[in-house]
Amino acid sequence: MIARISAIAGTELSILRRNMWLFMATLIMVLFALALTFAGSAPTGTLGVDMLTVSVASMTTLSVYLAPLLALMMSFDAISGDRDRGSLALLLTYPASRGEILLGKFTAQLAALAFAMTVGFGTAGALAGFSGGASADSLIALIRLVSTSIVLGAVFLGLGYMVSGFARSSTAAAGMSAGLWLIFVVLFDLGLLGAVVMDDGGTFTQHIFPWVMVANPADAFRVWNIAASDAVAVTSGMAGAASALPVWAAPLSLLLWPLAALLLARATFGRVEP
Amino acid sequence: MANTLIVENADKFRGKAQVLKDINLTIAPGERLALLGHNGAGKSTLIKSILGLTPIRGGKISICGAAPGSAAARAATAFLPEAVSFHPALTGREQLNQFARLSGVRADVPALLERVGLSDALDRRIGTYSKGMRQRLGLAQVLLGNPKLALLDEPTSGLDPISRQDLYAIIDELAAKGTAVLIASHALTEVEARTDRIAIMRKGVKVADDTLAALSADAALQTSIRITARDGEADRIAAQIGGTRINGASVEIHCDAAAKMEALRHVAALGDAVADVSMTPPRLEDLYRHYAKEDHA
Ligand SMILES: Nc1ncnc2c1ncn2[C@@H]1O[C@H](COP(=O)(O)OP(=O)(O)OP(=O)(O)O)[C@@H](O)[C@H]1O
Ligand SMILES: [Mg+2]
Repeated sequence: MIARISAIAGTELSILRRNMWLFMATLIMVLFALALTFAGSAPTGTLGVDMLTVSVASMTTLSVYLAPLLALMMSFDAISGDRDRGSLALLLTYPASRGEILLGKFTAQLAALAFAMTVGFGTAGALAGFSGGASADSLIALIRLVSTSIVLGAVFLGLGYMVSGFARSSTAAAGMSAGLWLIFVVLFDLGLLGAVVMDDGGTFTQHIFPWVMVANPADAFRVWNIAASDAVAVTSGMAGAASALPVWAAPLSLLLWPLAALLLARATFGRVEP
Repeated sequence: MANTLIVENADKFRGKAQVLKDINLTIAPGERLALLGHNGAGKSTLIKSILGLTPIRGGKISICGAAPGSAAARAATAFLPEAVSFHPALTGREQLNQFARLSGVRADVPALLERVGLSDALDRRIGTYSKGMRQRLGLAQVLLGNPKLALLDEPTSGLDPISRQDLYAIIDELAAKGTAVLIASHALTEVEARTDRIAIMRKGVKVADDTLAALSADAALQTSIRITARDGEADRIAAQIGGTRINGASVEIHCDAAAKMEALRHVAALGDAVADVSMTPPRLEDLYRHYAKEDHA
């Protein structure tokens, strides 16, 4: 089983390297992280925190958008692409099970994503630390940012496979992925914001809203990074909603999502006829 | 020896339409079976059912005693999909290495690619391959680890005449090693000479399944004999043995396979009036037309 998963993963890694995906993803991460870190460095003095803390706060916002996007762009044609080419039928006649195929692709793409995240956030964090100071706290915040970004990426890799198995073609899968990204990262928050405004400080805002929010992996990611670090919370001004929740809520949501997404993907893949 | 592939009473529906109707089929070790039928007859569907890629409604399929899609069946089966393509970013060597690792066989990949004439393209990206080269790469993976059953869906599509010859040589080699080979094809003249048995499907029904000779006899298709007459003798010959005038100098007669010698004796009796005689037995093409097009049950 391990041999077959690693055979799939090895091939997938060669593909990611060969078609420049690994390079492009890493480059995008580095550029955006650097841009945000140095564009957002103004309020350092006024808030009384070191520059790495500010940098982590800006990069958290960035990662909410970028991690799902990169993950979906990598994963949307994982199944539909092979099916379009006709090679999925062939692959499925080899002894690898559908679960093993999925896990192999997941392993490789997650590794690529982790590499891009680590290099991107790591570079920006290191530069911020050298130029504006760092502390043990801000260093932990950076490590937390990198690892939760990878988990967030894992969620959307799984959702991407699900869409890929569900769609009739790669083109349809691409469209559905874009929709998925929009819903999780933009529309969900807008909807919640609307509800909060309409509710005008009632029970929904105080008791239900934080739970609904944290059920979305993108928001759980944001809450986890912000609530866990007081300093980051100060700079992002989002402490309010996060403080209404028990500390385990966001981590639990974010860690359950990759499992749920992969199980959904496996179930969808199971119904695919090549 | 027990049959490698046994299909019994297989039914398959797509929505309301029945695409396989009560199919029975066996292939013995080392046997080469041609599966013919018009577009949409159900050839690819039957192959996918044997591979366990799509379930059948009724009936039973067994590959060396194992169920379709089971680990044992997968290990015993090789497959060449119709019009297959691979990820354009991989090289031929990488793709074959992956297949070898997946099936857990130790394979000499360069030698395999050499066998299908791809040694020059070993380390080139598949995206740069021509259609026929991709087809040959597909064929190379069929040869990985000695399969008991090889299912080839239109293996010669896109291949040049020499490559087709090579392909059939490879198929013969497989069969000689005891592999049961099923070839779904539209290339009638090729399979006519290169297979042991012929099965014809029409609209999901198997309408014929036998050797070429037996099918010919069963269909009672007529052999045609063309007689080229000496100057001015054509009319006399036509009148004497009752054929049809083809052009100024030829007469054609049609007769059953059994009556062939009788007819030839008549022709011989004509003596000097006959300049030349040629005989055309029914071809697979005629048989195919007979079984696949007419209302033959
Ligand atoms: N995925 C599918 N969904 C619905 N119908 C299908 C599907 N695949 C095949 N069919 C139908 O099943 C029937 C048999 O198709 P199949 O592909 O087996 O034909 P074939 O004999 O291989 O034809 P060809 O010579 O063109 O390859 C056709 O009527 C086709 O429309
Ligand atoms: Mg077909």
